[in-house]
Amino acid sequence: MARDLSHWLREGLGATPFCPGCGHGILLGAVCRALDLAGVERERLLVVSGIGCAAWIPSPHLRADTLHTLHGRALAFATGAKLYRPDRVTLVVSGDGDLASIGGNHLIHAARRDLDVTVVCANNSIYGMTGGQVAATTPRGARTATTPAGNPHRPFDLCRLVAAAGASYVARYAVVQPDRVARAVARGIATPGFAFVEVVSPCPTQYGRRNDEADPARALAALRERLIGREEAEALPAGERAGRIVVGEFVA
Amino acid sequence: MSVPVTTAPVPFEPGPRYLSGNEAAADAAVAAGCDFYAGYPITPSSEIMERIAARFAELGRVFVQMEDEIASIGAVIGAVWAGAKGMTATSGPGFSLMMEALGYAAFTETPLVIVDVQRAGPCTGQATRPGAGDVQQARWGSHGDYPVIALSPWSVQEMFDLTVRAFELAERYRVPVILLAEEAVGHLRERVDVPAEVAVAGRDRDPSGPPFGTDEPQGVPPMPCFGDGADLLVTGSTHDPWGWRRTEDPEVHERLVTRLHRKVWDRRPEICRTEGYLLDDARFALVAYGFTARSALAAVRRLRAEGVPVGLLRLQTLWPFPAEEVAALARRVAWIGVPEMNLGQVQGEVRKEARCPVDGLHQVNGEVIDPRRIAAWVKEAVQWPGI
Repeated sequence: MARDLSHWLREGLGATPFCPGCGHGILLGAVCRALDLAGVERERLLVVSGIGCAAWIPSPHLRADTLHTLHGRALAFATGAKLYRPDRVTLVVSGDGDLASIGGNHLIHAARRDLDVTVVCANNSIYGMTGGQVAATTPRGARTATTPAGNPHRPFDLCRLVAAAGASYVARYAVVQPDRVARAVARGIATPGFAFVEVVSPCPTQYGRRNDEADPARALAALRERLIGREEAEALPAGERAGRIVVGEFVA
Repeated sequence: MSVPVTTAPVPFEPGPRYLSGNEAAADAAVAAGCDFYAGYPITPSSEIMERIAARFAELGRVFVQMEDEIASIGAVIGAVWAGAKGMTATSGPGFSLMMEALGYAAFTETPLVIVDVQRAGPCTGQATRPGAGDVQQARWGSHGDYPVIALSPWSVQEMFDLTVRAFELAERYRVPVILLAEEAVGHLRERVDVPAEVAVAGRDRDPSGPPFGTDEPQGVPPMPCFGDGADLLVTGSTHDPWGWRRTEDPEVHERLVTRLHRKVWDRRPEICRTEGYLLDDARFALVAYGFTARSALAAVRRLRAEGVPVGLLRLQTLWPFPAEEVAALARRVAWIGVPEMNLGQVQGEVRKEARCPVDGLHQVNGEVIDPRRIAAWVKEAVQWPGI
C-alpha cells in the first residue's frame, strides 16, 4: 500500500534533480518513511547536508529546517547545531565523497564524540555531480573518469571505519531494500549517540555507463545480486565474499 | 531590519584588571553574550580558547574543541543558525583553513566573530612573533566577492572593547566580523577597565519574512533560527530571498552578491572608526593601525619635539576601509607614511584614496616596529629639515 509522505515534502518543489535510474529518489522516500517510523515531529527536525548529489536529497526537498553546507563539512556544522540545541533531532544526509573523503576526519571525530546525530550516507561509489571521478568507495578495478584502466586502490569499508571510531549504531543496506533502509534510519534516530546508516545507491549515469551498468534496471539488478546478509557473509570463506556488499546491522 | 540593542551586566566582577589581550578578548566575548565557542589550539591565540573554556564551564555555555579550524568555524555557523552567538579564535594557518567557511558565513549572512591573533607568516612562519600579514587575507581570502568587517585593536583595552563591538556589528549587519589582532597585542599585558555592563545586540528572528532578501539594495533581512518555524533553507549556493537554490539565474546572483557588498560598504559612516592625533596643523601624516599605531604615535611625539609638523591617523576599522577619512586627510597633508608589519597591505589601500604621495615602511622580521625607526624614516622621506 502506498504511503502518503507528502507531509515531509516542501511546497513548491519541481521535478527531482536526480538522473534517470539514480537511487537517491528511493532514498528520499525511505528517509521520509523513517521519520514517520521514528515519530519525529517536523518542528524538531534539523537536516544537514554537504555538497554533491546526495546533499540534494534533503535540500530543498524535506519540509523542515535544512542546512546545506560546504563540501565535506556537514558533520562539523551539525556538531555545533546539535551541541547548542540538543533538543533538535539532527539528521545528516550526504554522499560518500562528502562524508568519507573530504569530510572523513569530521566523520571519525563525530563518531568518536558519539555525537547524538544520525548520518545517512548515500554511497554510489563515485563522484556523480562532478562527472564520475574515482571515489574512496569505488571498487578496485572499476573504470571511472580518472581511472580509465580501472581503480588500482581498495575502497573504504565505511561501516567498519565508523564502528571502530565508536559509533553507537551502524548499519548498511541498499536502496533496493527501502523498507530495511527506513527501519535502520528510524532505529538510528531512536539510538542515543552517533548512528551511521550507509545506503548503497546506484549511479547509472556516472558509474554504470563505464562499468556495464548504464541501464537503470540492470544497475538495480546487479546491485541486488551483490547483496549478502551479515550472518551469511560471515559463514563464507573470505575469497567468496569478494565483490559482495555485506548488509545488515553491525553495531546495534 | 533593526536589531534590538540592550545593555547587559558582565557576568564577572567589573573594574580595573591587569590582563593580556587574549584574556581581555575572551572576557569581552563572554560579556557580549557569546554562548558558543568552537576552536582548535594554535599559537599565539590559544589563551582565548582556554579562558573561554573556563568561563563557559562556570556559566553553562557551550564550548567544544574541534578537530581542526574549518570544523571549528563550521560548528560555529551551525550553532549560530541554532540561535547561538558564536565565536572562534585562531592565527594565520588556522585562519587560512577557515577561509572557505568564512565565505559561507558571508554568503549565508551568518553573524559570527573570528579573532585572528596574527603571527609572522607566511605558512607556519614565526609562530610566537607578531605580524600583520593577514590584512588582505581577511578581506579577500575566500573566493568570490563577499563582505566582511575587520577591526584592529591597538591595546588590551581595545581587545575588550572591540570584541564587544564585533558581536554588535555581526548581529546588526548579519556579517562575519574579524578582530585582526597581532601577537604583540594578544600577549601584551596592561590595565583594562572592565565595565559593569556592555551593549548587547539581539537578533530579529521574525520567521514570516524572507530570511535571505530585502526590497532595499543594501538591506539586512531578519534571521529566524532553527526551531523558529521558518522551515529554513540555508545554503551556500546562490539562493533567492527564501533560500531556494537559483544557481543558473544571473539576476538572482547579481542581486544577492551586490546586496551583500552594499549592506556593508554603504554603511561605512556607521562602521568605520578612526582617531586623529596632532593632525590639526600637520603637513605630513602617518596612517597606522594595531600595535604599529602605538609606535607611530610615539614617533609622531618624538618628531613634534623636533619641530616636524606630523600627525597620526589611526585606523580602528580596516574593512570596510575608511576611504573618506583617508581621502580627507590626503587633501590636507603633503605626504602620508604607512608603517606596517607586512609588505604594504594597507599602504596600497591608502594609495587608492590619497592624492598626495604615499610611502610605506615595511618590517617583516617578527619584531614590532621601533618608534625611532619610524621617526628617522619620516625625516628622510619628507627631507626635514630642508623643505
